[in-house]
Amino acid sequence: MADLTDLTLLEAAQALRRGEISSRELTEACLTRMQALEPQVHAFLATTPELALQQAQAADRRLKAWRQDRSQPLPLTWGIPIAVKDVLCLQGVPTTCGSRILEGFRPPYTATSVQRVIDAGAVILGKTNTDEFAMGSSTENSAYGPTHNPWDLERVPGGSSGGSAAAVAARMCFAALGTDTGGSVRQPASFCGVTGLKTSYGRVSRYGLIAYGSSLDTVGALARSAADLVPLFEAMAGHDPLDSTSMPDPVPQVSLEDADLKGLRIGVPREYFIEGIASEVEEAVRRAVQVFADLGAQVQEISLSHTDLALPVYYLIAPAEASANLARYDGVRFGPREPAQDLWEGYFATRGARFGPEVKRRIMLGSYALSAGYYDAYYGQAQKVRTLIKGDFEAAFQEVDLIACPVAPTTAFRIGEHGDDPLSMYLEDVFTLPANLAGVPGIAFPVGFDSRGLPIGMQLNAPHLGEPALLQAAHSYQQATDWHKEHPPL
Amino acid sequence: MALTLEEVRHIARLARLRLTPEEEQRYTEQLSAILDYAARLQQVDTSQIPPTATVLPLRAPLRPDEPRPCPPRERLLANAAQQQAGMFRVPPVLDQEP
Repeated sequence: MADLTDLTLLEAAQALRRGEISSRELTEACLTRMQALEPQVHAFLATTPELALQQAQAADRRLKAWRQDRSQPLPLTWGIPIAVKDVLCLQGVPTTCGSRILEGFRPPYTATSVQRVIDAGAVILGKTNTDEFAMGSSTENSAYGPTHNPWDLERVPGGSSGGSAAAVAARMCFAALGTDTGGSVRQPASFCGVTGLKTSYGRVSRYGLIAYGSSLDTVGALARSAADLVPLFEAMAGHDPLDSTSMPDPVPQVSLEDADLKGLRIGVPREYFIEGIASEVEEAVRRAVQVFADLGAQVQEISLSHTDLALPVYYLIAPAEASANLARYDGVRFGPREPAQDLWEGYFATRGARFGPEVKRRIMLGSYALSAGYYDAYYGQAQKVRTLIKGDFEAAFQEVDLIACPVAPTTAFRIGEHGDDPLSMYLEDVFTLPANLAGVPGIAFPVGFDSRGLPIGMQLNAPHLGEPALLQAAHSYQQATDWHKEHPPL
Repeated sequence: MALTLEEVRHIARLARLRLTPEEEQRYTEQLSAILDYAARLQQVDTSQIPPTATVLPLRAPLRPDEPRPCPPRERLLANAAQQQAGMFRVPPVLDQEP
């Protein structure tokens, strides 16, 4: 058999069921590939080979029993090696959020999303690199060094789930969990040529997700196709009493056999094709929209008229929430403490020395937006404009079933390209932020390559809790095209 | 410039961040640029628009207030910078103001 890591998640799942391969063999193949490629890619902050092999062995026992007695259903994730973004807690395994303020932290419990994929038989290979506390669009803000894009090692993988995207693209794992607060699953998926699902706010429990922007944070996943994402979505989604923002609604089964684009109404927002979008990105997305039309979808232009306000709204609301969430890093209960004479000095010294530049910038921005005298003008006004952005989506979904648009204005940029210019980096998020502000789900998937050979992604959005429609539509596209099957030259 | 150096120092104090003089200078420029960009929000008439704090229709769900097991003390203390007698140990707190 060819290299096992070339299989898709679903191919591997079927081979496991038939007993042609074992989870142990799959896991060893992934670990071998990680060892070979990690010096170049740096997708992982911690690897867990011992845990992975234990889990694989347990999975193999269960698979063997299942082949003898198939009366109980077995999730398709059973025995499949995956990676987990380092902002999700896994008990006893170092979890840093890419920050020196959590150096050495070993969580006392496991995040619900991670526990649910473990309960569904997944094998955990390690924790993936991220911009510090998920604040960034390139993984350059990790305190432990950037991840390199497998398509071009001089370029960023996107962010903040850049480690997860790179690990999937480089075929070190079959899928990875990520999180998306302003585009952190979709944009790296786009930059690395993989498929990434941002779930609806409230669809997947955030218990054990180390908080960044609490009204925006969502847990999602990245894999090599929409079909591969289905079993992960089904494992993770659903109510969790430990997260008061998790939706009680039942999770529908996602049936890809029913996927049919005929008559599906797809809206293309005119505000997303603006000055600043690379012409190759626009052309690839428009070609992909034409594929949907050729497959029977009814494509129409729509308007999301407040799109240009999403960026300033996000960069006030998310930092405001971050400044509150990150107040807990005081050098007392977790993480190292800088030497100090008294408690106050300890706070200033520890936070000053151990938060990185982007995190400090956002804490400062958020503290200012919430401070006396400025609250109404900044935070309050941003919350009101958020209502308008959310209203744009509500109105659009009266007319169409899905929205199709670019993921990012460009393909992967060079490491260091945005230098010390935060605003130019923030502009990378211009097409992904609105979905977080509206709370709706999104899926990003490859629809072509630019002249440098870098992947181009496109995005679909659906109404709240509309993940099945997203997965079905992306799957239909991937049945008709082969972009998602391309591999980086590694 | 939307922000002065003094304001940046004040915000850093509120946020309990010790900044170097270079950081104070850089953040004064960068945060001013971001706030200038955000100023376009002021032009939107929101007098009739309610704020959105959450996109969910949920209102703080309640659960029965019943005792449940929690992780053992040793596990919760294991990440402390310093611990003593089953408690988090911190530097002196009383009679101190920032």
